Amino acid sequence: MDMYFSKDHEWVKISGTTATVGISEHAAHELGDITFVELPAVGKVVKQFETVAAIESVKAASDIYSPLSGRVTSINETLENAPEVVNESAEESGWICTLEIADPAEVAKLMSKADYDEYLKTL
Amino acid sequence: MDKLQLTPLAEVHRGMKALMAPFGGWEMPIQYEGIIAEHRACREGAALFDICHMGEFIFQGDIVADGLEDVFTFSVASIPIGRSRYGFLLNKNGGIIDDLIVFRLAQERVMIVVNAATAPKDFAVIKERLTGGTLSDITAATGKLDLQGPLSREVMNRFFAPAVAELPYFKFITTQVLGCEAIVSRTGYTGELGYEIFLPSDKVVELWELLLSDSRVKPAGLGARDLLRLEVGYSLYGNDLSEETTPLEAGLEAFVNFGKEFIGKEALLRQKESGPSRVKVSFRVGSRRSPRHDYDINSNGENAGIVTSGAFSPMLGCGIGLGFVRPELAAVGTPLTISHDKVSMEATVCNLPFYTGGSLRS
Repeated sequence: MDMYFSKDHEWVKISGTTATVGISEHAAHELGDITFVELPAVGKVVKQFETVAAIESVKAASDIYSPLSGRVTSINETLENAPEVVNESAEESGWICTLEIADPAEVAKLMSKADYDEYLKTL
Repeated sequence: MDKLQLTPLAEVHRGMKALMAPFGGWEMPIQYEGIIAEHRACREGAALFDICHMGEFIFQGDIVADGLEDVFTFSVASIPIGRSRYGFLLNKNGGIIDDLIVFRLAQERVMIVVNAATAPKDFAVIKERLTGGTLSDITAATGKLDLQGPLSREVMNRFFAPAVAELPYFKFITTQVLGCEAIVSRTGYTGELGYEIFLPSDKVVELWELLLSDSRVKPAGLGARDLLRLEVGYSLYGNDLSEETTPLEAGLEAFVNFGKEFIGKEALLRQKESGPSRVKVSFRVGSRRSPRHDYDINSNGENAGIVTSGAFSPMLGCGIGLGFVRPELAAVGTPLTISHDKVSMEATVCNLPFYTGGSLRS
């Protein structure tokens, strides 16, 4: 499965026409203890790099930007009562939502895992 | 900006990979393992806090004749030796210069414990108001560690004289530890059973390591401390209290003795007569969303006040907050809307403390 990262620290895993979206382990660590995730409504249509969800930690509130354009097809309901799963497993069980991909070519604006790791060193 | 002051534990904190941040002019540990885990350690076990940033002054003299009795909103002369009392230093408008605790060490000797950020001003104001006696700032020479949590008594009993475990709430003793004299007080800022330990600053690292040698004790930072104090509704100076806030507005009239003289009394009496135009409010959010400092409080679509402290409460499983509103909106059960930019959350006015299960008086 192909995995890409955005400069805003979201990740996306692509399987056919479906994209799973979450925040990176780096972002989860920086936020500290996550206390709330505002999940999008299923069916919501989002554009690349626009707000798809929101996340709150003991330290801060921030938006989650969609790495790709698409329509929300499912959400991780576990996070409603257990947002700490994002801290425990940001890039696996802490996924936020899935999208039906609108434009596969948008992947060109994202980074590979290796490029993202390099990018983190510049911050 | 002035260089940040360091506590004797600065190197130790860095070695423990603590997240450090400026607080009140000091570089302080915000968290070690994580704020929620450290909060839980304090609610369920025992948590150790570096509180060396707080200021300590010693007054030596005749409390009444030298004018100390009129400096604070509470009587110092009537504090029994071995007990402490909480209250305020006010400006002439009744605004809070600081909230503080006075420890009665002896007939003619008290220790005044103040907030870090306000310490220099407090010292100047207190000194100016005294007509005699001596006031000395012992902050640099004095270390302070807080051990808080339901297991703190058992831990203290391992390392301190048996009399420490017998201390009732708001009582303290002078005792020996690590070959030096320490003041141990049954007070704290968490809503749990706990102790504040004052000792020479060159012994702080040794005591820190001694207490942490007990596997039940976890280090905790100021992030957890802020969450713990908010859950029990304690005000934080700089957030909930300021020189523009009076004790009446802040719902803390219980710590003002109108039967004695103090600077700010006339202003408070006038405000008592007219009624404050804004009062402290405590509220619970209907979701896990966190209200935060400076978020707006609205009622029926109109701005009604401001949030001064807010957080997600791990004990209650929802957002909680303190703020100021018009008096008619402070009644328990009143619905409020908390908003900031795109964020909006429904809240309901509730009683304090938010969390009532603490071991404070056990």
